[in-house]
Amino acid sequence: MNYADLFRVTLPETALDIAALLVLIVDLGFLRKAALQTRIMAAVLIGVFGCGGALLAMPYQVDGGLAYPGSADLLLSAGGYTAVSQIGILVLTVLTLFLLIGSDFTKHVGEFVAVVLMAATGGLLISAAQDLLVIFVGLELLSLGLYILTAFAKKSGKSAESAMKYYLFGGMSAAFLLFGFSYLYGLTGSTNLHEIMLGFYGPTVISSTPLVYVALVMIAAGLGFKVAAVPFHLWAPDTYEGAPAPAAAFIASVSKVASFALLIGIGTAAAHVFNQMHHAGFVTASRGPAPTWIGFEHPWSLILAIIAVASMVFGNLAALAQDSVRRLLAYSAIAHAGYILIALAYYTGTNVSANAILYYILTYGLTTIAAFGAVSVVERISGSDRMDAFLGLYKRNGLLAGVLLVLFLSLAGIPPLVGFWVKFNLFATILQVNHGAVPLALVALAVAMSAVSLYYYLQVLKRVFVMPPADEAPVKGSPLTIGVLALITLAVVVLGCLPGLMQSWMAGFYAGM
Amino acid sequence: MLAWTIYISFAGALVLALMPKGNAALARVIALLVAAAGFAIAIAGFAAGAGQGRVTIVDVPWVPMMGIHYTLAADGISRVLVLLTGLAAVAGVLFSWNINLRTNEFFAFFLALIGGVYGVFLSFDLFLLFVFYEIAIVPKYFLIAIWGSTRREYAAMKLALYSFVGSAMVLVVLLAAYATSGSHSTGLVSLANANLPVSFQMWAFPVTFIGFGILAGLWPFHTWAPTGHVAAPTAASMLLAGVVMKLGAYGCLRVAIGLFPHGLDPWSWSFLGIGSWRDVFALLAVIGIIYGALVALAQTDFKFVIGYSSVSHMGFVLLGLVTLTQVGVDGAVLQMFSHGVIAGLLFAIVGRVVYERTHTRQFGELEGMYLGRRLPFAAWAFVIAGVASMGLPGFSGFVAELQVLMGAWIAKPWWTAASGVGIVIGVAYTWRALQRAFFTDRLPRPDEHPKEGWPKFDPITWPEITATCLLFAATLIVGIYPSILLNSIEPAVKALLAGGMQ
Amino acid sequence: MNSLPLLTIITVVPVIGAVIALFTGRHSRGVAQVTGIVSLLLSLVVWQQLPKDGSIGLNELHQWVPSLGVQYHLGVDGLGALMLILSALVSLMAIDAAHRVRHEPGLFFALVLLLEAGLFGTFTALNFFHWFIFWELSLIPAFFLIKLWGGPRRGPAATQFFVYTMVGSVALLLSFLAVYHATKSMDFIELAAMAANGTLQNRVLASLGPVMMWLALGVLAGFAVKVPLAPFHTWLPTAYSEAPSPVTMLLTGGMSKMGVYGLIRIALPLFGAQIAAIRTPLLVLAVLTIVMGAWAAAAQKDLKRVFAYSSVNHLGYCLLGIFAIAIHTGGNVSDSVSQAAALNGVILQMFNHGLTAAAIFWFISMIQFRSAGLRGIDSFGGLRKPAPVFAGLMGIALFSSLGLPGLNGFVGEFLIFRGVFPLSWVAAAISVLGLLVTAAVILTVILKVFTGPVSERWAEFPDLHGGERLGIAPVIGLMFLLGLLPQIVIERVNPTVQYLLAHWRF
Repeated sequence: MNYADLFRVTLPETALDIAALLVLIVDLGFLRKAALQTRIMAAVLIGVFGCGGALLAMPYQVDGGLAYPGSADLLLSAGGYTAVSQIGILVLTVLTLFLLIGSDFTKHVGEFVAVVLMAATGGLLISAAQDLLVIFVGLELLSLGLYILTAFAKKSGKSAESAMKYYLFGGMSAAFLLFGFSYLYGLTGSTNLHEIMLGFYGPTVISSTPLVYVALVMIAAGLGFKVAAVPFHLWAPDTYEGAPAPAAAFIASVSKVASFALLIGIGTAAAHVFNQMHHAGFVTASRGPAPTWIGFEHPWSLILAIIAVASMVFGNLAALAQDSVRRLLAYSAIAHAGYILIALAYYTGTNVSANAILYYILTYGLTTIAAFGAVSVVERISGSDRMDAFLGLYKRNGLLAGVLLVLFLSLAGIPPLVGFWVKFNLFATILQVNHGAVPLALVALAVAMSAVSLYYYLQVLKRVFVMPPADEAPVKGSPLTIGVLALITLAVVVLGCLPGLMQSWMAGFYAGM
Repeated sequence: MLAWTIYISFAGALVLALMPKGNAALARVIALLVAAAGFAIAIAGFAAGAGQGRVTIVDVPWVPMMGIHYTLAADGISRVLVLLTGLAAVAGVLFSWNINLRTNEFFAFFLALIGGVYGVFLSFDLFLLFVFYEIAIVPKYFLIAIWGSTRREYAAMKLALYSFVGSAMVLVVLLAAYATSGSHSTGLVSLANANLPVSFQMWAFPVTFIGFGILAGLWPFHTWAPTGHVAAPTAASMLLAGVVMKLGAYGCLRVAIGLFPHGLDPWSWSFLGIGSWRDVFALLAVIGIIYGALVALAQTDFKFVIGYSSVSHMGFVLLGLVTLTQVGVDGAVLQMFSHGVIAGLLFAIVGRVVYERTHTRQFGELEGMYLGRRLPFAAWAFVIAGVASMGLPGFSGFVAELQVLMGAWIAKPWWTAASGVGIVIGVAYTWRALQRAFFTDRLPRPDEHPKEGWPKFDPITWPEITATCLLFAATLIVGIYPSILLNSIEPAVKALLAGGMQ
Repeated sequence: MNSLPLLTIITVVPVIGAVIALFTGRHSRGVAQVTGIVSLLLSLVVWQQLPKDGSIGLNELHQWVPSLGVQYHLGVDGLGALMLILSALVSLMAIDAAHRVRHEPGLFFALVLLLEAGLFGTFTALNFFHWFIFWELSLIPAFFLIKLWGGPRRGPAATQFFVYTMVGSVALLLSFLAVYHATKSMDFIELAAMAANGTLQNRVLASLGPVMMWLALGVLAGFAVKVPLAPFHTWLPTAYSEAPSPVTMLLTGGMSKMGVYGLIRIALPLFGAQIAAIRTPLLVLAVLTIVMGAWAAAAQKDLKRVFAYSSVNHLGYCLLGIFAIAIHTGGNVSDSVSQAAALNGVILQMFNHGLTAAAIFWFISMIQFRSAGLRGIDSFGGLRKPAPVFAGLMGIALFSSLGLPGLNGFVGEFLIFRGVFPLSWVAAAISVLGLLVTAAVILTVILKVFTGPVSERWAEFPDLHGGERLGIAPVIGLMFLLGLLPQIVIERVNPTVQYLLAHWRF
C-alpha cells in the first residue's frame, strides 16, 4: 500500500478532520467566555473553511481512486459519481452549518460543528468506498455522528428520546449489515466489492445457495435503514421531529446523499462485473423483463423494488395524516427514497443512471435543508412545528412564505421547479433503459404517488397562504439564515428552469472515464 | 411574437407579487395593462398568422442531454386559443376590479395562470407543454382557496388534486412515449413521426385522453368542475371555464389524438356497439352532455347551473374531437373558443354583476328580488348570454355545436340524436335559470314590499360594461362570421388529422 | 336584377328601428309606427319587383362560411313577397293596437320590431343557416313579449311556448345536419333541385342509409309545432290568450305563417316523396286540427281563447291543402289543376287568415282596453247600441273569418276545398264540419257580445274614435278588396304556384 496515495485520495477527509479539530480548539480554547452567537459564527466559519478546503483538495486526489497493492481492485474510488456525491456532501454540509446561526438549542457549539464535520467525513468515505470494511467504518462514523447530533438539544426531552430510538434502531441495523457482510465474505472470500461480484458471476457459481439471499436481505435491511426505506424507516419521523433543526437537516440531506452514493457504488460494481461477464460469455441469461434468478443483480433488484414500492406507498399515505410539519417532511423523505430506490433497482451502471440518481438526491437534499431552515425559523417564534404554527405566514413574513411555496412545490414535483425536473429525469432514465411492463408500472405508481403527495404539501401551503393568521406578530429570522434560504430557493427555481445546467456540470466528471 | 404573451404575463405576475402591498388601484391597472398587452399581441399574432400554417417561434435546445427543446410554435388552432386566452384575461381583470383583499397577490396568481395557459397553447414540445400545463395548476388552487366562496378550500383542493392526477397520467405517457420512441426527443413533431407501435398507442391514447379529459370535464371525471366553478372567485371561474377547461380539450386534441392516432383504431371485438376507444369516449362525451344538462336543470344555486352547463358544453367539444372528421374537429375547436367566451360571460354575470350586489345565488332568494326590473343590465346581459349559450343561431355557440353535430352525423348518427336531447335540455335549464333569477312570476307579498321602495343596488360600473361588451362582441362576431376563426382552424385541423404533425 | 339589396334593407330597417325605439322611451311608439310604415312600403316595392314567371327574384348571393357551404342567399317569389307584406301589415297593426304600454314601452316596441325583423328574415332567407338564425331568434322577442307584458299566467305560457318550439327546432336542425352531411349544401333552392332529380335521396341513402323518412319527420316536427298541427298545438291557446293582444296579433298573423311557409318552401320540395308516403296519417291530423280546433273554440268562454282555437282551425285548412297536394299525379291534368288550386288557396288563406285574425285580435284589444281587461264571452252584451261603428267593423272582420263570400276569408278556403275535394274527398268532407262549427262559434260571439239588451255597465261603452277608425279602416277595406278582387294577389301568386308545382316531385 502506497501511503502517499492513500493520503492523496483522502485529502478532503483530512481537510474536514483538521477543521473539526480546529473548531474544538478554537471554541474550547479561545472563545469560552464569548457570546453564544459569536461562538457559533466562529465555529460555522471554521467549518465552512474546512469544507472549502476539502473542495479545493478534491482535484488533487488520485485519478481513478486508490487500488489494493498489487491488484486492479479499487479500495477507494475517486472521480465520477464519487466526486459528484462528495462535492454534494460538502456543499450540503456548509448549508447545514448556516442553519446553526441564530439557534440556541445548545451551548456546546464547538462540539456540534466538530461532530457534523466528522460525520461528513464518514459520508465522504462511504461514497468512495469499494471495500466492505471501509464501507462499514465509514457508515459507523457517519451514524455515530448522527446519533450524537440528534441528542444535542439537551433541554428537549424529545431530542433525547428520538436519539435513543435512532441509536437503537441504528445499532440493530448495523448488526444486520455486518452480518450480511460476513456472509458475503464467507461466500466469496473477499471484502472487495469487485471480487465479491466476480464471485457471483464467476465459473464457480455461488448464487445457487440460499445464503446469498440471506446476505442480500441483511444488507438491504442495513442500508434501507440509512436511507429510511420502509420497513426500516421507523426511526425517521421521530428523529426528524426531535432532532435540532440543523441536525435534522443534516440527516435528511448529507446522510441521504452519502447512503445513496454507497448504493450506487454497490450497484456500479455489480453492473460492471455483470457486463464484463456478459460480454465474455459467462452469463447467458438476459436481463430482460423475465427475471432469471441468477447472480447478484436480480435478487438485489427485486429486494430494492419491493422496498421502493413499500416506501412510496407508505410514505405518501402516512404523510397525509401528519400534523407536524417535520414528521410530514420525514414521511415525504421516505417517499422520495422510494422513488430513488426504483432507479436503483433498475440501475444499469451507466453514467446516465448514476447521474439521474445523484441529481435527484442532491437537489432533494438542497430543498430539504432549506425546508428545515424555514421550519426552524417558524419554530423559533411559535415554539411548535404543528401545521397551525404556519397559519397566515404570508402576512407575518412574506418572503419566508414565498420560500416555503417554492420549496414545497418543488418537493411535490411541480414544474418549472427543480423537483419536477429531477423526477422526470429519473423516471425517463429508468424507462429509457428498461423496457417492459414492470418498470413502467413502477414508474406509473411513483407518478401517481407524487400526485398524492401534492395533497399534504398543499395542506401546509394552505395554512401559509390561505388561512388567516392566529397571531399577527411578524416572524423574523436572522438575515443570514433568511438570505441562505432565499438563495437556495433561487437555486431551486433556476436549476428547474435551466435543467441542463447542473446536468452538464455533473457529466463533466465522467469525461475522463 | 406570440411568445411574448407568455413572458409578459409572467413578468406581470412577478412585478405584482413583488410590488409593495396596499396599492390596490395600481395593481389593477398593471394587471389590466399586462392582460391588454397580451391580448393585443394575441390579436396581432392571429392577424399576422392568417393564411400561414405552423410557424415556429422559438426552437432552442433546452436540455441537450435529453433532447428536450424549448419549442414554441403556433398553428391555426393555437392562434385561436391564444386569442381566447387574451380575451378571457382582459375580461377577467375587468370583472375582478372590485377585489380589495390582497389585490396584488390576486392579480399575480391570475397572470401566472394566464401565462401558463398561453404557454400550453404555444408549446410544440411535449415536455414543455407539460411544464406549462402544471404551472397552471398552482395559481388555480390559491385563487380559489383565498378569494373563493362556498366551500372554497374543499373545492380548491379537489380541483388541484384532480388536475394533478390528470397530469400524472399524462406524465406517465410522456415518459413512456419518450422512452419508447427512442428518438431522444420530446418534440411533438418528432414524437408524431416516431411510428410508435400500435400496441403502445392503444394504451397511451386512453390514458392521455383521460388525463387531459379530467380538466376538460370529461364525464365521470368532471366532479371538480361544478364545485370548483362555484367556489372560485368570478375571474377564476371565468378562467376555469373559459380557458382552463380548454387546456384539457386542447391536450386531448394535440397530444392524445395528435400523437397516438392509432389509439382510436377499432379493437378486434366490440360489445354493445362499442368497438374502440373512440366509441368509449364518444359515449362518455354524450353522457356528459346529457348528464350535465340534466343536473343543471335541478340546481337551486345559480352558479351551479352554469357550472354544470360547462360540463355539458365541454361534452360537445370532446364529442367533436372523437368524431375525427374535419368538420367535427373544426367544430370542437370553435366550441372551445365559443364556450370560453360564453361561459366567461355567464360566470361574470352570475358571480360579479348579480352576486356582488345581492349576496345570494339561491333562486329562492333571487326570486324575491325582482332583478329583471332592478338590475335590467344584468337581466338582459344574461338573456343574450343565455341565448348564446343554448346554441341559438347568430351566436358563436350555434356554429360550433352545429359543426360538432355534423361531424357526429358522419361518425355515428345516434351520437347526434342523443346530443340533440342535450341541446333541448340546455334550452330548458337556461330558460329556467333566466326566469327564476330575473323574470319571476311570483308577485311580492305585501310584507315583502318595502314601503319606501326597493333599495338601490350599487350602480353597474364601467369595467363590467366594458368587459360584457367585449365578450358580446366576440360571440357575435364569431357567430355571424365564423370564417374569421374557421379559416385559421381548418387547415390546422386538416394537417393534424391527415398525418399527425408533420 | 336590382342592384339595391332590397331584401337586406327590409330586414335591417326594423332592427335599426328597434335600436332607436329602445332609447326613445315614451316616443318609441312613434318610432315603431314610422318603421312599420317604411317596412310596409318596402314590402310593396318588393311585391312590385317580383319576376313575372313565378321564380325567385331579387336574389342576393354572397359567400359567407365557405367551409360549411353557407352562403348569404336571399330571394323571394310570390309566396315570400306576400308574406313580407303580411308581416309588415300585421306588425303595423300590432303597433297600432299597443297604445299605452304600461311599463318600458321602449323595450316593448324594440322587441316587436325585432320580431318583425325575424319574420322578414325568415321569409327572405334561402340558405338554411341564416334562415334558421331568424327562425330561432324570432322566438326570443316573442318570449319576452309574453313573459313581461302578458296576463297572469304568462310565465308558464311563455315557457311552454318557448320549449315546445325549441324541441321542434332541434329536430329540424338535426335533420338538416343530416341533409347537409349527405349533400354538402344548405341552399334551399339547390337542395330542392337535388330532391327533384333524386340526387338528394340517393346521397342520403349512400351516406346515412335509409333514414330519409326520419329526416322528413324531423323537419315536419319543427314546422308542425309552429303552425300548429294537432296534437302539437297545446302550447298555442295559453300562449295566445296570455300574450298581450298586440303580441297575439303577431303570433297568429306572423309567426304561425312561418310554419306554413316552411312547409311549402322546405318540407314539400325536399321531402315531397316522404310526405306523400305518409299523406294519409298527415291528412288525418290536419282534419283533426280543423275539427278539433273548431269544437274547442265552441267550448271556450274567453274571447281570446275562442279565437286562439279558431286560428288553429283556420291554419288547419292550410295544412289540409298542403298535405292533400302531396300526391303523385302521374301527369293527370285535372289533378294538377286541383293541386294548383289548393296551393293557391293555401297561400291566400295564409295571407287572409293573418289579416283577419290580426284584425280580430286588434278589436279584442280595444274591447279589453275599454273594459279594463274583461274578455269573457258572457261579460258583454248589446254593444251594438253604444258602439255601432265598433260593432260594425268588428262584425266585418268576424264574417271574414267565418268565410263569407265577398270578404277575403272566403277566397282562400274556397280554393283549398276546390283543390282538396278531387284529391281527397273524405278529408275535405269531414273538414266541412269544421267550417260549420266555426260559423256557429263566430255567430255565437256576435250574438253574445253585440246583440241583446245593453247592460247597465256597458251603456257608456265608447265607440271607436277617429284615430282608431283611421287605423283599422284600411284593413277592413283590404278585406273587401281581396274578397272582391282576389286577382290582384293571385296574379302574382299563381305563377309561383305553377313554378313550384312544376319543380316538385312527390
